[in-house]
Amino acid sequence: MKSLWVMAAALSAALSLPAQAQDKVKLIDVIELSGAGAAAGTNWKNGADMAAADINAKGGILGKQVEIVHYDTQTNPGNTRAAVQRAIDENAYAILGPIFSGPIGASMQISQRAEIAQIVGGEAAGFTRQGNPYIFRTSISQAAAMPKIAKYLKDTVKAGSIAVVWVNNDFGKGGRDTILPELEKAGIKVTADVSTEQGQADFTADAIKVKNANADAVFVYLNEEESARFLRAAKQQGITKPMIGETTLLGAKVLELAGDAANGVKGHVGLSTDAPVPALQDFGKRYREKYGFSSDHNGVKGYMAVFMVKWATEKQKKFDKKGVADTLRGATIKASEEPGILMDTVIEQNGDLDRESFLAEVVNGKQVINTTLPRIKP
Amino acid sequence: MSAPAAQNSIASRRPARRIDAALIGLLLGAAILWFAPVGMGRYGTYVLSLWLVMSIGVMGLNLTLGYAGQSSLAQAAFMGLGAYATAILTTKYGVSWYAAFALSGLLTFAVGLLLGFPALRVRTHYLAFVTLAFSTLIWLLIRNEQWLTGGVYGISNINRPDFLGIKLFGALEFHRFVVVVTLVLSLKLWWLVRSPWGRAFTALRENPVRAASLGVDTRAYTLLAFAIGSAYGGFAGSLYAPLVEFIDPSPFSLSQSLFLLLMVVAGGSGYLFGPFVGALLGVVLPEWLRFAGSLYLIIFATIVLALLVICPQGVCGLIERGWHALRRKTGGAR
Amino acid sequence: MAEFIAYLIAGIATGAIYALAAIGFTLVWQTSQTINFAQGEFVMLPAVLILLAVKLFGLPLWAGGLLGIAVFLLIFGAGFKLVVVDPMIKHGVLPLAIATMALSTIMKEGAKDGFSAEAQSFPSLVPTDMVNLLGVSISLQHLAIIVVAFAAIGLLQWFVGGTRLGRQMQATAQNPTVARILGIPVERMVLLTFLLNAALAVVASLLISPIYLAKFSNGETIGLFAFIAAIVGGFNQVRGALVGGILIGVADSLAAAYISTQYRLAVPLVLLVAIILIKPEGLMGRKEERRI
Repeated sequence: MKSLWVMAAALSAALSLPAQAQDKVKLIDVIELSGAGAAAGTNWKNGADMAAADINAKGGILGKQVEIVHYDTQTNPGNTRAAVQRAIDENAYAILGPIFSGPIGASMQISQRAEIAQIVGGEAAGFTRQGNPYIFRTSISQAAAMPKIAKYLKDTVKAGSIAVVWVNNDFGKGGRDTILPELEKAGIKVTADVSTEQGQADFTADAIKVKNANADAVFVYLNEEESARFLRAAKQQGITKPMIGETTLLGAKVLELAGDAANGVKGHVGLSTDAPVPALQDFGKRYREKYGFSSDHNGVKGYMAVFMVKWATEKQKKFDKKGVADTLRGATIKASEEPGILMDTVIEQNGDLDRESFLAEVVNGKQVINTTLPRIKP
Repeated sequence: MSAPAAQNSIASRRPARRIDAALIGLLLGAAILWFAPVGMGRYGTYVLSLWLVMSIGVMGLNLTLGYAGQSSLAQAAFMGLGAYATAILTTKYGVSWYAAFALSGLLTFAVGLLLGFPALRVRTHYLAFVTLAFSTLIWLLIRNEQWLTGGVYGISNINRPDFLGIKLFGALEFHRFVVVVTLVLSLKLWWLVRSPWGRAFTALRENPVRAASLGVDTRAYTLLAFAIGSAYGGFAGSLYAPLVEFIDPSPFSLSQSLFLLLMVVAGGSGYLFGPFVGALLGVVLPEWLRFAGSLYLIIFATIVLALLVICPQGVCGLIERGWHALRRKTGGAR
Repeated sequence: MAEFIAYLIAGIATGAIYALAAIGFTLVWQTSQTINFAQGEFVMLPAVLILLAVKLFGLPLWAGGLLGIAVFLLIFGAGFKLVVVDPMIKHGVLPLAIATMALSTIMKEGAKDGFSAEAQSFPSLVPTDMVNLLGVSISLQHLAIIVVAFAAIGLLQWFVGGTRLGRQMQATAQNPTVARILGIPVERMVLLTFLLNAALAVVASLLISPIYLAKFSNGETIGLFAFIAAIVGGFNQVRGALVGGILIGVADSLAAAYISTQYRLAVPLVLLVAIILIKPEGLMGRKEERRI
């Protein structure tokens, strides 16, 4: 029986937390570094690390250096909850991440109970509708982006019918569920509704299905790699209809992987390192130099998340966890005041964001921004 | 984990004394765990609770695998059935958690029977293959039938139960509740394994042909072991939902079923305490390894791989081997 | 009808991918009666190693390719057999199968941390042009996969049945004890099988990665489908992998086309259950003697 006690002692030693030094601003990043969200999470992590390095190089936040600790969620709700719980026990100043809405859903009540701001990368519409005052986005939600796409399809592409291809996870399903009513409102008929799996081996069957639907345009809402592979399969099947997408379809990774199959792709872009915003382009360049590959929108989000905390802290002029959330709620962060935020950002009461966004097209393997769309509530 | 308790493998010659040791071990372990989280913080408490909940699931699989010799690749799917049944019943229909817990167990037991019956018609690894298909089908159902399960968005705000009017909202209170439920379920299993039923299960694993010739209805007993094991998966899920307070399809995928199987084998299949050790390896070790940063999962998997290469019978097997060696050395063997 | 044929050919092309990956399952099963849960990662890793060699040492592609393949054969052909399989094989099938699960995590996480969390494009050995077949366009890449899958299985069948070395290998697989008595170098035969398995994984990786991209998590899907294909086709026959793979690919493609894209995964699985219940040893499999 003695070893039972030993085990118990070892357990409690392993699970109790080390004492903290209080001379740093400790941000804890709870993020998808393995499992289905690893690619997105790695971008976010790099972006956040870069932000911390930038802030520390300029003297930190109110004179204190920033320290970011990353905890992997394995893209699993149970593990995410453990990691957020740990972040709170370790007295994190604010929580960054996660990105996938399942892990967000499993952890947001805990940060709410602890009255600590949680700045997430999720785009699904749902979680800012639950009345949780401690949750904040870093990008515009699908509920804000999809009406812009529907309008674009109707007015610019002049599509009367459309085939929708989406990935069957929270991201893709969320986008698909948000755009269908918008398409109906715009009078665009959906002739094919094709669900795909994340990590699917081959997209030939899906491309044939889309081709046979013979719609005026195709709306592609997949993660980056699957977007590229779908575009390749579509090209092989000879689909010539315009391919329309949202942020991911026009991402740098997609253009790199799809090659000339991506030419002619159009759509709406929320955050892009190719946007005609010098700060964003500069971020993209430095990111590429530091990590050896191009940042997707999640890298930008991770970078902004840290600067949201910095801005709020400097605004309230003290380190008050609850105050960070209170300050962020309803705030307008101007890039002229805080260059790290990269673009003027309006935070609504529920944590949603309003920002300028872009309409873009892929020409010769490069993303070209045609139009800058104003904020929804200017 | 004391050696005599670990040694309570079914191969044990003199059951009476050692089973008492196992009983004492269980009760003592529960007592320690009741007080363990004091001063540990909510994170530590949560991880301990998660460990116990996974242990229940692994216990069920241990009955199927370690005592009846059948591999199931669907234990996480059974956990999912239990978790979703509990979450739907308590959040949508206002059923009390206790009733939902019982119904989850009943549901998974019935599904286990239905699934096992045709599968066990063909012997050995075919149950594994059928459960492989089943596990992915359940995952698809959970993900696609959004009207019932919330689909990819999952179910949030799952309430934790009351106990005799005491709210179990806090981490420590709920942890103690989990300790009690785990104790009850493991006592039940302890009783089952030493009952004539349990002996039949063991006979089945050791030598199915001889068991059959001795008049054991092998198929009925295997089926029963599988169904009870599945019900334990359902019980574990039923606790998992209020513990995390949120569920979505990802923790119930095929890879999680495989991971549970890994816990059974790494802990030591066929040992009463094996599931606890296995879940400790699977749940607590990765959390503890977080200090290693981004390489923590590689380190974790390497430890497991090394453990299995050195001792394919798992940790409990290793302890048993060590204990025997020690007794021989000290001349204590009779 | 043209539409149906298009789906059918797409299914066969995807199925050939699964078949190529599934051969490894049958090979390992025949020699060690175990399931290598890292089989998908075996197919994922060679492409990643090659790209890594190119990136790290600035080698030209062919040299990086040779280096990557050599390293892979050494570690996951010979090393896998010596370090993991040998010490565990005598302790039964399950611990070894579980150990391969841990191995798959190591390979996956290693590829992610050592190389990249993102997918990388992988150069194609064959042109990416399309050709017209029965009025349906199919890419040369897919065609090459189909041809190689058939050729690999044909060669294996010939090797096992028609050569002395192959027959020795077969004897080892069926009864190691008797094989040893007959003077067959059993150890060397088992090693040969694992090297062969690794080499086939390399071939599969080279052909699949240009389409599927090189990414750490790719093994999960490929491994699962190849596993299903091997069960459906019959674990103890190499040609079972081909039949199973193509059947699963076609079922998947037709399910996506005519049943439901959301439940496309379900159709191959229902097929799997049906086949197990009707013909437990798989479509092409031999009945195995019951071990007591």
